[in-house]
Amino acid sequence: MARYFTKDHEWLDVDGDTATVGITSYAQEQLGDIVFVETPEAGKSVSQGDDAAVVESVKAASDVYAPASGTVSEGNAALADDPALVNTDPEGEGWFFKMTLSDAGQVSAMMDEAAYKDYVAGL
Amino acid sequence: MRSLAFARVRPSDWRRGREGGDVLTEGATAPETLRSQDRVAMALTGRALWKASSFALRALAGHRRCKRVLRLAKLSGFSDRGGRINAFAPAESCARAAPFESAPMTPPIEDDVAEPSEPETLTLPLDAWHRAHGARMVEFAGYYMPIQYDGIIAEHLWTRTSAGLFDVSHMGQLLISGDNVAAALETLVPGDISALKPGRTRYSLLLDEHGGILDDLMITNVDPDWYLVVNGATKWDDIAHLRENLADEITLNHQEDRALLALQGPKAVDALARILPGVEAMVFMQSATFDWNGHTLGVGRQGYTGEDGFEISLPGEIAADFADALVAQPEVRPVGLGARDSLRLEAGLPLYGHDIDTETTPIAADLGFAISKRRREEGGFPGAERILMEREQGAILKRVGLTVEGRQPVREGGLVLDDEGDEIGRVTSGGFSPSLEVPIAMAYVPTAMAEAGTRITLSQRGKIFHGIVTAMPFVPHNYVRKGV
Repeated sequence: MARYFTKDHEWLDVDGDTATVGITSYAQEQLGDIVFVETPEAGKSVSQGDDAAVVESVKAASDVYAPASGTVSEGNAALADDPALVNTDPEGEGWFFKMTLSDAGQVSAMMDEAAYKDYVAGL
Repeated sequence: MRSLAFARVRPSDWRRGREGGDVLTEGATAPETLRSQDRVAMALTGRALWKASSFALRALAGHRRCKRVLRLAKLSGFSDRGGRINAFAPAESCARAAPFESAPMTPPIEDDVAEPSEPETLTLPLDAWHRAHGARMVEFAGYYMPIQYDGIIAEHLWTRTSAGLFDVSHMGQLLISGDNVAAALETLVPGDISALKPGRTRYSLLLDEHGGILDDLMITNVDPDWYLVVNGATKWDDIAHLRENLADEITLNHQEDRALLALQGPKAVDALARILPGVEAMVFMQSATFDWNGHTLGVGRQGYTGEDGFEISLPGEIAADFADALVAQPEVRPVGLGARDSLRLEAGLPLYGHDIDTETTPIAADLGFAISKRRREEGGFPGAERILMEREQGAILKRVGLTVEGRQPVREGGLVLDDEGDEIGRVTSGGFSPSLEVPIAMAYVPTAMAEAGTRITLSQRGKIFHGIVTAMPFVPHNYVRKGV
C-alpha cells in the first residue's frame, strides 16, 4: 500500500485499484475546528476533480474534490457523529471515503509524502 | 460594543468609493450617488426589495462563486502578505460576496476577489503582541487582526467559562465635545441621549432619513464630553455623517491613537479587579476612568459576547503592557475574532453589515428597545414616521433566531423559502454554536412567521434545510445589573 498526496491537500492510500481518501493534517489545521462532514454515498461515480464531499469548519464550508476517477465504495459513517475526527486524526480515523479507481494512472502523477512535505513548506 | 467580526467593507473600499472607483458597495459605505439610489429604492418598496426570483438567482450565483473560492484546492492560492497560508481568507471573501449581490443597486462585481491595487493593510498597536501569542492573523476591516489562537471552539468555550481577552482596536473611538451634544446626537439616533447620566452607556443606532440603519454604536456620557464607539468598517462614513450633521461648534475627535480591548466572561471581573481595583463595583453599561501606571484608562462594563465583562480604552503605546498584565491572570486567555463572532451569534447580537444595514429598520431588526419612550412620543429622529408606523403595524420582515435541524450550518446568504419554493427572506448570519452544539442562525422572515416555534424552510447551495424560530439570545445573557 502506498500513500499519495494531491495539491488539493488530500491523501490517498492506494491498494491495488482501491483507495482510501482523506484531507491532510495541513488542510485540517488551516480549516480549524471541523463541525460537519458530508461524505459521498456508496455507488456514486466520480470523475477526478468533481465535488465529492463537503467539510465545514466553524467559519467556512469547503468542497473536497475526488482526487481520482472511480466509484465510491464507502463513506466514513463515523464522521456524521464525530466530525472532529478530521481534526484529531486527519490521516487515520478521519478518512472521508473509500473508492475503486477506474484509472490507476492518475495516481502516478500525484506526490509522495516527501514531495507533499516540500510542497507545503513552499506555500 | 460590537466588532465587525467579518466585515464586508474595509476603509480601503470606502476610499475607493469616494474616488468613484471600483466599489464593493454596501449601504453605509457606498459612494453618495449609489447610496441615494438605494434610499430612493427603499423608500419606494421598503424591505420588499427582495424580489424573490432575481435575488434568488443572484444569491445562488454568489454561492457558486463562494463555493469555488472555498475549494480546498484554493488553500494554496490565498496567502497573506507574510507569505503564509490563510484558510480563513476565502471564508471572509465568501461572507462578503453573497450580500453584495443581494443589494438592489449594486453594480456587477468581478468574479475575482483580489483587487489589483489594494491599499496597504494597516497594523494595530497589538499586532506584534498577537503574533507573539500565536495568533493567526487575517486582513479585516483594513487591518491585520487575530482570527484565532488555539482554535475557535476552545476560545469560545473559554470565554463562556472564564475570561477571554479580545482586541477590538479596529473599532472607531470618537470623542465629541461642545454645547448641547446630547440634543444634537438625538437628531441622528432614536435613543434618549439627554437622559443618559454621567458614566452611563446606551446602545443606539445611527439612522438615515428613511429609518435604515447606518451603524449601531455605543454612546457614553463621559461628562462633559460624549464617547462613541462605532464599527470598524463603517467608522469613516460615520465620522463623515456626524461631521456633516453636527454644528461646526461641536468638536469631533477620532481617537486613532487609542487601543480598545474587551475582557469578557464570568471571571473577567475577578481578573480585572486585581489590576484595576474598583471595577467590581460597576454595573452593566456603566463606565468610569481608572489610573494604571500613570495612564488614564476608560472602562465600561459591557461587551459583545452576552457575558459579563469590560471594554477598556487605553493609549496604544501601553496596550501591549496592559494585555500582558491581563493574560498574566490565570483566568485570562487571548481570544480571536472567530470566537467573537460565534459568541455574539449565540448572544443574539446583530453584526452590522450582515444582520443590519441601511435596508433594515430598527423594527425589522427587532431592535425596537433602542427607541426610547420619550423619543417614541416626540419623534424627531431620522425615519421616525416610518419607524413609528412599523412599531404599530409591524415591519414586513423581522430578524429572528433559528435553530437549524441536523448538524450542517446554514450561513449568511442562505434563503428562506415559502411552500412554493419562492424566496421570502434570507439568512444573515449562521454558524455552529459551540455552546449548544447545534447550528444556529439569524434570518429575516415575514413577520407572520416570526413567532418562536415556527418551522422555516431554508435553502443553501441547492439543498433544503429546516430551522425552528428560536427566541434570542440562544445562550442566556450573564450581565451584572447590580453592584456588589
